[in-house]
Amino acid sequence: MRTETAGGGTVAGDGAAAEPLIEVDGVEKVFSVRRRAGRLRRVRQEVRAVDGLTFRVPRGEMVGYIGPNGAGKSTTVKMLTGILTPSGGRLRVAGIDPARERTRLARRIGVVFGQRTTLWWDLPLKDSYELVRRMYRVPDPVYRANLDRCVELLDLAPLLAVPVRQLSLGQRMRGDIAAALLHDPEVLYLDEPTIGLDVVSKAKVRQFLREVNAERGTTVLLTTHDLTDIEQLCRRVMVIDHGRLVHDGGLDALRAAGEGERTLVVDLERELPPLEVPGARTVRVEGPRQWLAFPAGRSAAPLVTAIAERYPLVDLSLREPDIEEVIARLYAGAHGPAPR
Amino acid sequence: MWCVAVAAGSFRRYATYRVATVAGVFTNTVFGFIVAYAYLALWAERPHLGGYDRAQALTFVWIAQALLAASALMSGGGLDELQERIRTGDVAVDLYRPADLQLWWLAADLGRAALQLIGRGVVPLTVGALVFPLALPGDAATWGWFLLSVLLGVVVSFALRYLVALASFWLLDGSGLSLISGLACMFFSGMVLPLRVFPGGFGEVAQLLPWAAILQVPADVLVGARGGDGLVRGLVFQAAWGAALLALGRLAQSAATRKVVVQGG
Amino acid sequence: MARETSPRGGSSSGAGRIAQGVFAYGLIARMWVRSTLAYRASFVMMTVGNFAACALDFVAIMLMFSQIDALGGFSLPEVAFLYGTSGVALGLADLLLGSMDRLGRRVRDGTLDVLLLRPAPVFAQVAADRFALRRLGRITQALLVLGWSVSRLDVEWTVGRVLMVPLMVLCGTAIFGSVFTTGAAFQFWAQDAAEVQNSFTYGGNALLQYPPTVFAKDLVRGVTFLVPLAFVNWLPALRLLGREDPLGLPGWADFLGPEVAVLMCAGAALAWRRGLRAYRSTGS
Repeated sequence: MRTETAGGGTVAGDGAAAEPLIEVDGVEKVFSVRRRAGRLRRVRQEVRAVDGLTFRVPRGEMVGYIGPNGAGKSTTVKMLTGILTPSGGRLRVAGIDPARERTRLARRIGVVFGQRTTLWWDLPLKDSYELVRRMYRVPDPVYRANLDRCVELLDLAPLLAVPVRQLSLGQRMRGDIAAALLHDPEVLYLDEPTIGLDVVSKAKVRQFLREVNAERGTTVLLTTHDLTDIEQLCRRVMVIDHGRLVHDGGLDALRAAGEGERTLVVDLERELPPLEVPGARTVRVEGPRQWLAFPAGRSAAPLVTAIAERYPLVDLSLREPDIEEVIARLYAGAHGPAPR
Repeated sequence: MWCVAVAAGSFRRYATYRVATVAGVFTNTVFGFIVAYAYLALWAERPHLGGYDRAQALTFVWIAQALLAASALMSGGGLDELQERIRTGDVAVDLYRPADLQLWWLAADLGRAALQLIGRGVVPLTVGALVFPLALPGDAATWGWFLLSVLLGVVVSFALRYLVALASFWLLDGSGLSLISGLACMFFSGMVLPLRVFPGGFGEVAQLLPWAAILQVPADVLVGARGGDGLVRGLVFQAAWGAALLALGRLAQSAATRKVVVQGG
Repeated sequence: MARETSPRGGSSSGAGRIAQGVFAYGLIARMWVRSTLAYRASFVMMTVGNFAACALDFVAIMLMFSQIDALGGFSLPEVAFLYGTSGVALGLADLLLGSMDRLGRRVRDGTLDVLLLRPAPVFAQVAADRFALRRLGRITQALLVLGWSVSRLDVEWTVGRVLMVPLMVLCGTAIFGSVFTTGAAFQFWAQDAAEVQNSFTYGGNALLQYPPTVFAKDLVRGVTFLVPLAFVNWLPALRLLGREDPLGLPGWADFLGPEVAVLMCAGAALAWRRGLRAYRSTGS
């Protein structure tokens, strides 16, 4: 019996770095919603919150998972943590089927909901950690080591004896993140971990996540609206829209996939009509300054030469595509104009 | 006028809690049955207990269930929201508004009571009337006096709850006082037993307390236990307590305002 | 390192899950007790209030008996016996599971998800939610009434009869507990319907504190066969007090309390599982 329950082969093959810790194959989630139609009539309607999602996350990777509200982000995370049962497809986290073995999985994952604390409001922070220790049956030395490390990296020492209700939002978030890591989870799901935090707290949280990922090889799936989180933490980004993955790859590739354009800003000696340069188009004119867009994949050098030859150039600067812009374009492009 | 708007808004807001209303109606009806049978047994032993005949006693039961939510006989009534605002200090903003705090909450409470009188009162009373022989009046005038009396009862109930809520300006935790005042209301309004059934002097004193104005008087008006002179005296009794308690509420309010101003809001 | 924290054995066995649940319940209940003790004065006040609220109920009965000698043919000590047994049973169920009616709110605001992330049965966590020692107020009050009635009752207390009282209370606790659980499970579908279960718990208690002779036969039938609250105290108490049962059920029916309790618990467990499954497939 024991040989079967351990998830057999998957866990045994720990050594291979590329072994997928999260496996999602054609996962679907269909809700049937009742809508009011007219005064009394109600109609049943099927909503595909997640529609044939497939991806893999290898052990130790830090992945950004983004998408507009209602795109299916949180539904995915809820399925990955075993809260929701998928309507179709196959899902494995650390070799475990989340929906069927929720409690077994719970010991191996950590979750932080940015807007929902799991800490005990009226009790000192330390007490919440004690509860985690007992509920997850964390062995004493493991608990002590993990707590010490979290306290050190997140500056929690002065807060341990303070009732949670007296903590600031940033302090509470740090407390919450520590609570999710005390039992040594293999995967950490973070939902908006920096929401509402000030710049200093944000930086601290990001630095901590980087270190946890590097030191322990904890796999991290990060859901956020703050793209700086992604830019600073994740090499890989998955974008979901209308329940489908519209992008899965590096940030650079995302920029390219979003048909990202770089922008050349030129300052001319005097006001001129929009410049005409092959391989670029003028998108904006403001007095003697003009903005020229060109495909991100192309070099700027020939363009600059061409302009300098034909126009009185004073100064120029180059702008990389803004990731928010790229994603906005990706959202719009994937499905045409957003319904609603 | 803004008072009407506030009341209407509150009415509409409570109208959205449909499932809760249905659940409440169900509970009121169940309790109505239980108490009605207990009273039947009681009046079988003592046919004219408290001056009520059997039908009047049964009517009392169902009136109590019908007014339970509207007159906030056992806590509830939405003033805990005010209490919460006081606890968190948000009330400072309210005190600087041009709209008077007491009037604002009174209007909101009347809107709520109106909805709950319809939403949670009509069904239990109808069920009671269908199953038991109730002593409901046939003339519109008595129903009119009854509604007026209910209105005055709600005002008294509000004035008491408002005082309790304002106490949070001075108490660290108002929940204990809310609890005690809820219990007092339940017991001395006649909710657990008509005040006329209370023995001797205790019963007489109980009928002079403000809580009597919330349920005992309106119920008596409806079952016709207050004829002629008694009717007017009942309404005056209610109005007097209402005015006195609202005035007390104003005093507390201005003291509270001063306190907030001194503390710097 | 992660594997050190993995569960002992499979833990999917029934006994394992129950042990896990009781363990988690204890942990969470202790946290809530410590939380309430952060506001000591308030805690004392609420406990006294809980006691007083129940006591007022009994005061009403005493006031009735100041006007009469018997209600439905039952004397004050007999009614007090019914009151006490039902009150203790409800009080215990209330202490153990009383905050389950907050489930609807948890579903609405999404905090139920947090419970689903912990390695413990959700039922145990919901049951222990807001565990409140102030509810000892009701139990104390009912025990006092029960004690008084036992001292006044004209019953020959044989060993069997003495044992019957705690057994009755335990079965009653289980029956009321099943009602609390079923009511909570119902909230997976109707989140605002918290008050419906009050009809059966607090309403049931209000019913059971009066003698069955007071009520219409159909009502008595309803709480015997439909929602078998009659087994909390009516049937066994009638036997103890040497009274006729108004429905004329066979004598052995008076001893069915444990069977009914087990049946109701099974039904409640089923309802709970279905509710939770529905939640996990719809998430709303």
